[in-house]
Amino acid sequence: MPDILIVEDEPHIRRFVRMALETEGWHVFESETARRGLIDAGTRKPDLIILDLGLPDGNGIDFILDLRKWSSIPIIVLSARNEEQDKIRALDAGADDYLTKPFGVGELMARIRAMQRRDLQSHANESGVVRFGDVSIDLASRLVTRANQVVHLTPIEYRLLTMLVKNAGRVVTSPQLLRAVWGPSHSESGHYLRIYMSHLRQKLEDDPARPKYLQTETAVGYRLLLCLE
Amino acid sequence: MRAAEPPRPDPDALLAQIQERELSTSRGKLRIYFGASAGVGKTYAMLTAARRMQADGHDIVVGVIEPHGRDETAALIEGLEVLPEKKIHYRGKTLTEFDIDTALARHPAVILVDELAHSNGPGSRHAKRWQDVEELLDAGIDVFTTVNVQHLESLSDVIGGIIGVHIAETLPDAVFDEASEIVLIDITADELLMRLRAGKVYQAQLVEHASRNFFRKGNLIALRELALRRTADRVEDDVKAYRIEKSIGPVWKTDSTLLACIGPGPDAEQVIRAAARMAGRMNTDWHAIYVETPQLQRLSPAHRERILEKLKLAQNLGATSAILAGNDIALAIVDYARARNLSNIVVGRSRSSVWPWRSAYAKRITSYASDMDMIEIGRPFPKESPGLEQASGTEASQSAPGVLLSRQHAVPRWGYAWAAAASLLTALLAMPLSRYLDLANIVMLFLLATVLVAVRWGRGPSIAATLVGVIAFDFFFVPPRFSFAVSDLQYLVTFMIMLAVGLIIGHLTAGLRYQARVASHREERALALYEYARELSGALQTEQISEATRSFVQRTFHAKATLLLPDDAGHLRFAPALGEISGPPGTHAPDMGIAQWAFDHAAPAGIGTNTLPGGSFFYLPLVAPMRTRGVLAIEPENRRWILIPEQRRQLDTFAALAAIALERVHYIEIAKSVLIRMESERLRNALLAALSHDLRTPLTSLVGLSDSLAISAPALAPSQRELAEAVRDEAVRMNNLVSNLLDMARIQSGEVKLNLQWQPFEEVVGSALHACRSQLARHQLQTRLPRDLPLVRFDAVLIERVLCNLIENASKYTPPGSRFTIAAEVKEQFLKVTFSDNGPGLPRGMEEAVFEKFTRGEKESAKPGVGLGLAICRAIVEAHGGTLCARRPPDGGTAFVFTLPLGKPPDISSVEEIPASLPN
Repeated sequence: MPDILIVEDEPHIRRFVRMALETEGWHVFESETARRGLIDAGTRKPDLIILDLGLPDGNGIDFILDLRKWSSIPIIVLSARNEEQDKIRALDAGADDYLTKPFGVGELMARIRAMQRRDLQSHANESGVVRFGDVSIDLASRLVTRANQVVHLTPIEYRLLTMLVKNAGRVVTSPQLLRAVWGPSHSESGHYLRIYMSHLRQKLEDDPARPKYLQTETAVGYRLLLCLE
Repeated sequence: MRAAEPPRPDPDALLAQIQERELSTSRGKLRIYFGASAGVGKTYAMLTAARRMQADGHDIVVGVIEPHGRDETAALIEGLEVLPEKKIHYRGKTLTEFDIDTALARHPAVILVDELAHSNGPGSRHAKRWQDVEELLDAGIDVFTTVNVQHLESLSDVIGGIIGVHIAETLPDAVFDEASEIVLIDITADELLMRLRAGKVYQAQLVEHASRNFFRKGNLIALRELALRRTADRVEDDVKAYRIEKSIGPVWKTDSTLLACIGPGPDAEQVIRAAARMAGRMNTDWHAIYVETPQLQRLSPAHRERILEKLKLAQNLGATSAILAGNDIALAIVDYARARNLSNIVVGRSRSSVWPWRSAYAKRITSYASDMDMIEIGRPFPKESPGLEQASGTEASQSAPGVLLSRQHAVPRWGYAWAAAASLLTALLAMPLSRYLDLANIVMLFLLATVLVAVRWGRGPSIAATLVGVIAFDFFFVPPRFSFAVSDLQYLVTFMIMLAVGLIIGHLTAGLRYQARVASHREERALALYEYARELSGALQTEQISEATRSFVQRTFHAKATLLLPDDAGHLRFAPALGEISGPPGTHAPDMGIAQWAFDHAAPAGIGTNTLPGGSFFYLPLVAPMRTRGVLAIEPENRRWILIPEQRRQLDTFAALAAIALERVHYIEIAKSVLIRMESERLRNALLAALSHDLRTPLTSLVGLSDSLAISAPALAPSQRELAEAVRDEAVRMNNLVSNLLDMARIQSGEVKLNLQWQPFEEVVGSALHACRSQLARHQLQTRLPRDLPLVRFDAVLIERVLCNLIENASKYTPPGSRFTIAAEVKEQFLKVTFSDNGPGLPRGMEEAVFEKFTRGEKESAKPGVGLGLAICRAIVEAHGGTLCARRPPDGGTAFVFTLPLGKPPDISSVEEIPASLPN
């Protein structure tokens, strides 16, 4: 039975998260404070951590930085709307995904499942091909096809796509994408990224204005959804 | 030997050229059609060029053309846009003048302004038309104009001599030299005379008169030669400029500079014009000075005013001017020249002195400084109007004498009485001593009295004391005593020497007194400046600066000063005063119009300047390092006073100090308000964050708990499940409401910081549709976004909120299954986004009301939601610099249209070329 740690000061939120997780067969530990959370993370060795960014005894980002010094346990952060910068900082500090309050149980469970899949590195089938919709990406031969037609991608478009594929189901922040695709000196040139995402959508989505797979996380980054939930 | 280097341009010259070019790109270009006289066809050529350019599609208007009744000219104006002229009513007559304000408002690419040297009528903004043209050029308008050679300032006296007419309308040479282009219109004298006789220059009745006076062949040939030469000089400059730019050959550079010395005589103007011409030819700076000696101090005020005007003329011709004080003119000049490294001294030819022992100062200069070049300027024939001298004589008798450099206190009449009394008293005191003293020693007593009188009351009384002393000595002491008879002729020698010694002592003492007064006056000034600076350094409020300036100008310059400061819109207002109602002091109030001009142009105006010299005020802009901080309006007791260069310099120093103090106070205030704003912003953000957290946390619990309830095992009965979902939906709605309220609070506080990013609009549509997928479940949605939309700069979170609110609003007020459309297009400088539905449409007249807070489409409806969503949408769009409005399209439904400014997207052409540090 997998273990999960919830670090959250609000008892009602802890309660419904716990209820939902226990139904799905998780073993749940709870911490009210960041300090307690760090101790629990060390002693309980959970498989996943759900962390509220607004803890009374400290900044959630410090928690992530501390934890990442010795552990790579996946972290999902909870935060409010209008705090996009905090989300980016949390994700850049090492968190793996986020949920905006208020969130439904369904959303929470979908995120946790995406996290588990990533953990297993199971996006590609045994022949190294990733599929979503009618698009398939052959990672070995670098061939992208859509409805069995070859799609021509520029080197940058391809790198962007593989970066999203590697993190499928998870949000990848704009700075992370820029660093990975253009290199560290371009972390401020956000409009390049948005233009290339738009190209990718035009090439891979049915309706670029209503993308099914290449989702935008407004002001945070992008997320590739491999299977529609 | 050094190998010959390729010619390299002088870096300084190149820099000057670059600066000039920068200036010329923003500034309009001036093209002058230049001719020897009227009638050569300048206006014709200008209009022909204008018509050609108009045909090529240039925006050309006629500002003013003087047609002189010439048909050819009138025909050419046909078809060109002509600006209306300004009518000025002056003493019952109506004058028409070029209207500069209309021209500036019209702002054409090119404007034609005839007769650059024209003097404007009374009541115009500038005294001269060329000043109007300068303003047009500053505004970036190109100007075509015409000039006759006789109007050039430096040539006007030469030409005046040739044609025998005084030329009143002159144009500073600098304007001519700085023109971008000079077009010489040249015809021969004979041809011009033919044109004149054919009536093409003046109307018939004037021809006869003109051909007998101005249009004599000799005149015309001389004028033509001058025009050709002047143009040749100008072309030579152009060639030089070209050579510098192209670095052809070595660049000739001179460091010799000219010093023009003017005296009180009538040849001063001659000297100045000659020096200006020489400086122009030598392409060098020049200075003009006047040395005031104790003798010159006794000139009449009108005469002195003329000297100041000569210095002003020198300034207009480009000189640095100064007034020096000294006993020895030559020494003062040489010191000045040495201090500034001026190697050429220009003086007027000295008249032979009536005193044979006094050599001309020009000679003395050469003896002091044999290394300097001396240029003597010939004197004009003595034909200058004698009336002027007479007039000055009568004026002198009416007004008290004054001094240029310091204010002289007039010698009171009782000074002479005291002088006489002092001599008589000496006589009385000496009477009892005459038994014991030699007469020679008694003479000494009288001389002592003369010296004391000279020290106390100056020159005049000392002469009086000498005379009275001589008479008293003769009467009381020289035998036979108590008679004016003289027994021994030896005493006549005594009288003569006594008289001479007395006069010389008086003269010398008066000179010393003058020097001492100038020195003490200077010290006074320095002290005043020091005290003023000290007072300003402690000033923390504008009122203190205003008060200090007022009192110091009053004390130092004996003038009324009023500080005028701009309000937020840049309009000048009276500075707030300490403890009294602010307002104009006394009956005279400064003219706000002139003050505003001085402020806007950062140039002095009013009396003593070329701009609106009428009235009794002088307006000095307070130019601080960052910008002009206000205007100091000064009403001097004496108009002449403002012309004195040294006074002006002192005043400029005062103004600079005041400006810096005002700027400092301004920044103190800014710093204070920034501090307050930061503090209040911090408080507000803390409050909003706390509110946001406290409201959202229970809502998050509600949503999550009701969700868990709905899916909890064992499964609920359908009705219970419905209840749980209803709780959840209401909690989500409540959360939206809270978000809207908090957003509204943030935006309305005006402190919302937009996270503006260049992005494709399509992306935010996608994320908004994703976020509103539950509201959209029961509706159809269509997007019409062209593929080639440019990047737009906006805050994605907020614009997503706008779209979501519009979608939510539409889903609330339209029946299920309605169709929504999001369309975007580029319209002028904006991206125009239309969100429309095919629902029942807004009630008529509600198009504006829906954006008011707490207004909903239908009164008291059961539909949920406070009508805040649309108000926030409008606030967000307006914060982006766009607009949002509601429409009722003709085919039904409702359309919300908002715009976002496009701006200039960043260059993205090189995106693909960036070498990627291959991550793998």
